[in-house]
Formats: sequence, C-alpha cells, structure tokens
Amino acid sequence: MAQRALMVVPSEPAQKPLSDSPAKFEVSGLVASFGDNEVLHGIDMVIPKCRITAIIGPSGCGKSTFIRCLNRMHELTPSARVSGSVLLDGEDVYGRRVDPVLLRRRVGMVFQKPNPFPTMSIRDNVVAGLRLTGGLDRSRADEIAESALQQAALWDEVKDRLDAPGAGLSGGQQQRLCIARALAVEPDVILLDEPCSALDPISTARIEDLLTVLRERYTIVMVTHNMQQAARASDLTAFFLTGELVELGPTAKLFTRPQDKRTEDYITGRFG
Amino acid sequence: MALNHSNREYEAELLKLRHDILEMGGRIEEMIRDAVRSLIERDSDLARRTIAADNHVNRLEIDTDELCLRILARRQPMASDLRFISIAFKMVTDLERIGDLAVNVCERAIDLNAQPELKPYEDTQRMADIVREMVSAAIEAFINGDAERAAAIIERDDEVDELYHTIFRDILSLMLEDTNVVERGIHIQSTAKFLERIGDHATNLAEQVIFMAKGRDVRHEGKLPKG
Repeated sequence: MAQRALMVVPSEPAQKPLSDSPAKFEVSGLVASFGDNEVLHGIDMVIPKCRITAIIGPSGCGKSTFIRCLNRMHELTPSARVSGSVLLDGEDVYGRRVDPVLLRRRVGMVFQKPNPFPTMSIRDNVVAGLRLTGGLDRSRADEIAESALQQAALWDEVKDRLDAPGAGLSGGQQQRLCIARALAVEPDVILLDEPCSALDPISTARIEDLLTVLRERYTIVMVTHNMQQAARASDLTAFFLTGELVELGPTAKLFTRPQDKRTEDYITGRFG
Repeated sequence: MALNHSNREYEAELLKLRHDILEMGGRIEEMIRDAVRSLIERDSDLARRTIAADNHVNRLEIDTDELCLRILARRQPMASDLRFISIAFKMVTDLERIGDLAVNVCERAIDLNAQPELKPYEDTQRMADIVREMVSAAIEAFINGDAERAAAIIERDDEVDELYHTIFRDILSLMLEDTNVVERGIHIQSTAKFLERIGDHATNLAEQVIFMAKGRDVRHEGKLPKG
C-alpha cells in the first residue's frame, strides 16, 4: 500500500489513445426520470477503462443525472426512476444481487462543493468511508490515510497537521481531501461532478494534473461546465443535450472537428 | 451561415478578422494586376506606386496577426472558430508573400521598361490573369467556407506551371540565338517565376480553406510517410 503511494508516475501525453482500452462501463437504453419528468431518454455509451471521460452540455441536459446513474445515486432521490442497463466490467449494476453500498465503494464520487466532514480531523475525513463499513485499527487507518493523501497530492501540505479539522483547509485542498476520501476505499472508478467550479485556477490546475496521474489506475468520469477544462484534462468527451448523448469522441477531435452541428454550435458558443 | 455567437464582442472580432483578410486579398489582387500592367504598358511609375502600396499590405499582416493572437488568448475558440482563426493566421503569411512577389515583378518591370521590348508578353499576361483569379477565388472560398471552390483553385495551378515552362523554353531559345538579350531574358524568366510562385501561394490558400471548411488536411495528400 505505502509502496504504491510513493510510486512516481511519469508524466504522460495529455491525450491517450482510446482504441486500446477495454470498456469499463457499457450503458444501453438508459432512461432516468424524476416523477413524470424524464431527464435521460435512452443513453447508449461506452466508457473506457483508465481514461478520463468528460461530460459537457448545458444546464439541465442530464449530465449529472447520468453519472449518478453509474453508481446508483440517482435512486436516492425520492421519485427518481431508472431503466435500461449499466454494465460495470460486464456486470449489471442494477442487478438484483448488487449491493448499492458496495457499488458506491467501487464507484466513488466527488462533488462540486468540497464537503469534508466539518468536525472531523483531516485523517478521519480520509478514512471516514472505511470506518462506516467496519472496524479499522489506528495504524492501518494511518497507513491508508497517508496513501490516499499521497495519491491525492495533498500529503506534503497536510502531513504535519493530520489532526487539524478538514474544514480549515483551503477550497482546493478540501477538494483534494474529498478525492483522497474517495480513493481511501480503493475504488475502480471516480465520478466527479463539477469538481473545480468552486476553485481558483491554480487549485483547478492541481486537480487536473492529479487526474492525469490517477487515470493510470482509475477510470475517471467528470461532469464539467467548463469546456476548456474538458479540452485540457480529458481523453474522451461526451456532449449531452436535452437528455440525449449527441456526440462522443476523442477530446482533441471533438473540440477541433466535431461531427454534429449541435456540438459545433454549443462548443463555439452559438447555442440558443 | 451559422448562428451568431452568443457573445457579440467576439462575433464582432470574427467579423473584423474576416473583413481584414478580405481587404488584404483585395489589395493583393490589385498589386498583381498593376505589377503586370506596369510591365506590359511599360509604365514604371505604376510599378513604383505598386511597390509603395505593399506597405499597406504589410501593415494589414501585422494587424491581423495581432487580432488572431488576441482572439486566441481571450476567447479560447473551439471547432470551426478555432480552424477559422488558425487558418487566418496562416493565410496572412501567404498573402503577404504574394505581395512581396508582386513587388519583385514591379522591380523587374522597371528594369525591363528601361530597355527595348524583347517580345510580347502574352503568356506572362495570361499567367498573371490566372494567378490573380486564383487568389481572388481563394479569398472568396475562405469567406464563404466553400471547399469545392477551393478545390477547383488547386487544379488551376497546373495551367500556371505549364505557362511558366512555355515562357522558360521561349526565352531560352531567344537567349541561345542572341547573347545580347540574356539580361532581358533573365528578367522575363524571373517575372514568370514570381508569378508561378504566386500560384503556389494561392494553392496554399486553397488547401487551408479546405481544412477550415471540412476539417480535412489535403496538403501533401498521399505523399507523407505514415506518422
């Protein structure tokens, strides 16, 4: 564990080839609604393993709902319904025998607003997810916290104050703390919902840099309003519009030569 | 035509860029026309005025480069806007070079006009007409994003090359017959070479327009080693 955390990952070109990566998620016919309001109208989409997939689109297009369907968080909203299939490594996450709590450990989530537990220390914040699911002795907790903080590129900034409250960190540090918390439970996939929209450009750059390192081991799906962020930080970009997937393609191609006129109009700011 | 940009200031910048390229293209066409006219009509004053007009083209090149950089920095353009701006950036370089070549034609015209006429300039006139049409069509294709029009321009470059070879052969025979005409012969051959180069730059412009309109790079098509 500790060895893994200390591993130096060489910097990779920003965009990795997509063809050689197997599917992590295979989504087909995904329909999601809140009461009578259908927000996703049958999405078919493959998300490759160990790549960063960005999801862009105007407010209300269903992009956040989409990623919340990937780890069954959508169904936590009263009146929410979902149909279709979402295969994770070939297994239907909506299968009868799937425990949503275990699924959410495998498919972690980081939200728009950094949300560390305010009364908990930095260390306890990181291992909070593990504590919830069973006994954890102190030395093991310390080991996991260090590893996760290292991976989240926060360790050097907090190693001397692990017992200080997480809420005392800056916004960017809090967001990396939340990423560390997601990593501590050893997920396969990290979903990020507008992870940088509350952060300044330097903190944003640190998160984006971190994501390119994390992609070595994790599949990352990121919803973002910021097209430049999608262009900078992702391998693959999906454009959603009014509950439909309009276009999915390699990021460099989508932002220079989109195939669909609706994508073109949206990314050039000619929307509506 | 696509929808207007949501940001009107950005839209105005793109329009200004379009307008500047159009103006630069218009001035270049005039320069080619006047350069060859100064030769055919033996009007060295016109040649000197045309040389002076190149300053304006150079000014436009600098202004357009600056505008492109400003748009890239402030707007972070995407997709067709990105292709439009990056192509505008490259086109001004070709246009400016065409202006320089027209100046070179004028300089040769001044030299040739000071000496007796060696032979009629029919082929030179024909070459100049074609390259001027090529430049004009390339600018129009750029403004309208018309890839078909641009592809037709590329075809015409063969005509230009053929005329150049005809002129070269004719001049060579004259020079072989009479060594007294060598200096004039070389000037005429250079003039034809400058026009031929203008045709090459117009071809570049057309290839860039195809990329802008279609997102497909047709330069060196089928001739590059696999990357």
